[in-house]
Amino acid sequence: MRNPLSKKVMSIEPSGIRKFFDIANEMEDVVSLGVGEPDFDTPWHVRDEGIYSLEKGRTFYTSNSGLKELRVEICRYLKRRCHIEYDPLHETLVTVGGSEAIDIALRAMLDPGDEVLIPQPSYVSYLPCVVLADGVPVTIELKEENEFRLTKEELLEKITDRTKVLVLPFPNNPTGAVMRRSDLEAIAEVVIEHDLFVLSDEIYSELTYQGDHVSIASLPGMRERTLTINGFSKSYAMTGWRLGYVCGPRDIIEQMTKIHQFAIMCAPTTSQYAAVEAMRNGDEDVSRMRESYNQRRRYLMNAFQEIGLKCFEPFGAFYVFPCIKEFGMSSEEFAMRLLEEEHVAVVPGTAFGDCGEGFLRISYAYSIEDLKIALERLGRFIGKLRKQKCQD
Amino acid sequence: MVPAAGAACREKVNIHGLPAAQTVRYFLTYISGGYEKIMREQILTFLEKNSKIDLGELAILLGSSEEVIANEVAQMEKEQVICGYHTLIDWEKTSQEKVTALIEVRVTPQRGQGFDSIAERIYNYPEVQSVYLISGAYDLLVILQGKSLREVSAFVSDKLSTLDTVLSTATHFILKKYKDYGTILGKKTKDERMLMTP
Repeated sequence: MRNPLSKKVMSIEPSGIRKFFDIANEMEDVVSLGVGEPDFDTPWHVRDEGIYSLEKGRTFYTSNSGLKELRVEICRYLKRRCHIEYDPLHETLVTVGGSEAIDIALRAMLDPGDEVLIPQPSYVSYLPCVVLADGVPVTIELKEENEFRLTKEELLEKITDRTKVLVLPFPNNPTGAVMRRSDLEAIAEVVIEHDLFVLSDEIYSELTYQGDHVSIASLPGMRERTLTINGFSKSYAMTGWRLGYVCGPRDIIEQMTKIHQFAIMCAPTTSQYAAVEAMRNGDEDVSRMRESYNQRRRYLMNAFQEIGLKCFEPFGAFYVFPCIKEFGMSSEEFAMRLLEEEHVAVVPGTAFGDCGEGFLRISYAYSIEDLKIALERLGRFIGKLRKQKCQD
Repeated sequence: MVPAAGAACREKVNIHGLPAAQTVRYFLTYISGGYEKIMREQILTFLEKNSKIDLGELAILLGSSEEVIANEVAQMEKEQVICGYHTLIDWEKTSQEKVTALIEVRVTPQRGQGFDSIAERIYNYPEVQSVYLISGAYDLLVILQGKSLREVSAFVSDKLSTLDTVLSTATHFILKKYKDYGTILGKKTKDERMLMTP
């Protein structure tokens, strides 16, 4: 029989999280700090609206681009929160999570051999999506001394004649890094000068703890070369609803809509109705959850200081990215031993790119009570490692 | 203060819903010199849900110092913004027999005193848990806790109805408490999320 699989698919490595997940899943009393989704339930009024739409029998496809009223709300929201104006009819597409938007954006923009710059550590799907779209992923290693921000110099170093797209994943998963306005201005300058396009993944835009998020599309000259990707998963605690969106220049959105139309048809209808309610009446929920994450962030930073675990202070998303280089172990080894010895699940930094070596991603999408138990175990584990080190 | 008879949980903390359009409020209170006010609201939001919280821990969560928090709490106790620290108890799970009744009371307000003096005559009974002045079809809502139906009925017929100013009463017995003071009773939430996700 012939090999049924394509070389391209076979060349893609499975996610580094899988192995840990399988082991952790078999254990009892595991305390996890490993999730990438909110611990809050979707606000009730939003869920209620979803239920209501089902009761009313709204169980059909919507238009390919998504419900018009939802697109209108999305554009109002982006104007209100991110200070960018988009046309709901031609410049907005509702997708199945931010993930679909990333995928179809790359497929719409890349020709074989086009290079895509991907700052790392970052979310796991950019690289495989570039490969699947026949592009060439070029990673940029972000550094802890820059608080994992992308600098102009780092960007310039990797630009070639074939560079077409820059992925901008801020606020960042897994580091929690945010880009300030001045950081973005420096990047925008280079992007314009080298005629690049930006795929700005702003799924964590509502979760910043030191000043509001800045969208790169709101900077002069950037709107026409930026795709702004966002969604409902993180800000409204709606991960399972699978709903995101992308806004950008009409010619790109039109081609993306073509792919979306043939591959997906439309985003889930129930989710779209619920999302309309989220955007109309959800601002308070967002700020309540943000405040809660911020408290946990402070709690974690304080606990790390007490344990003596080195960590730069992140101001975005719901992750911290402590450095474990002092223990002379790889991230994977550390995470595995922590799981086996103390039953605490964390994600090794290497799951988000090679330059994540020496770091762990710790999520604070947990209640303070859960964090307390986990930190106690982590503290005990680190104490043990230090003691061993002294004896050696 | 009456010991926690039935579910009682800091019901007298005088705060209004939080957070409401936080950024706007932050700005408004900030310009009116209200950093303290925001801190107070944040402290109260926590204490309302968990009065057992360690003040040092609360300081970390709010990005403040233990001293500041402790001072603020002491001050609010003094000003009677914080009127007590009660415990939310699900008496159903204990062997204690308790009956709670909501009693609608219509009264004749008194010249010069309105409803206050009649309310006082009612709330002075230790078995009375709460008394609220209500808008609408009746005047006072009295929440009463007793050991049995008979005990509650006796209170209504012997003590409450016989007050001069009381025109009528309607007694409703509580059959089951689903949610009290913002807490859903007897429901343990389980983390349904997968252990690890990217």
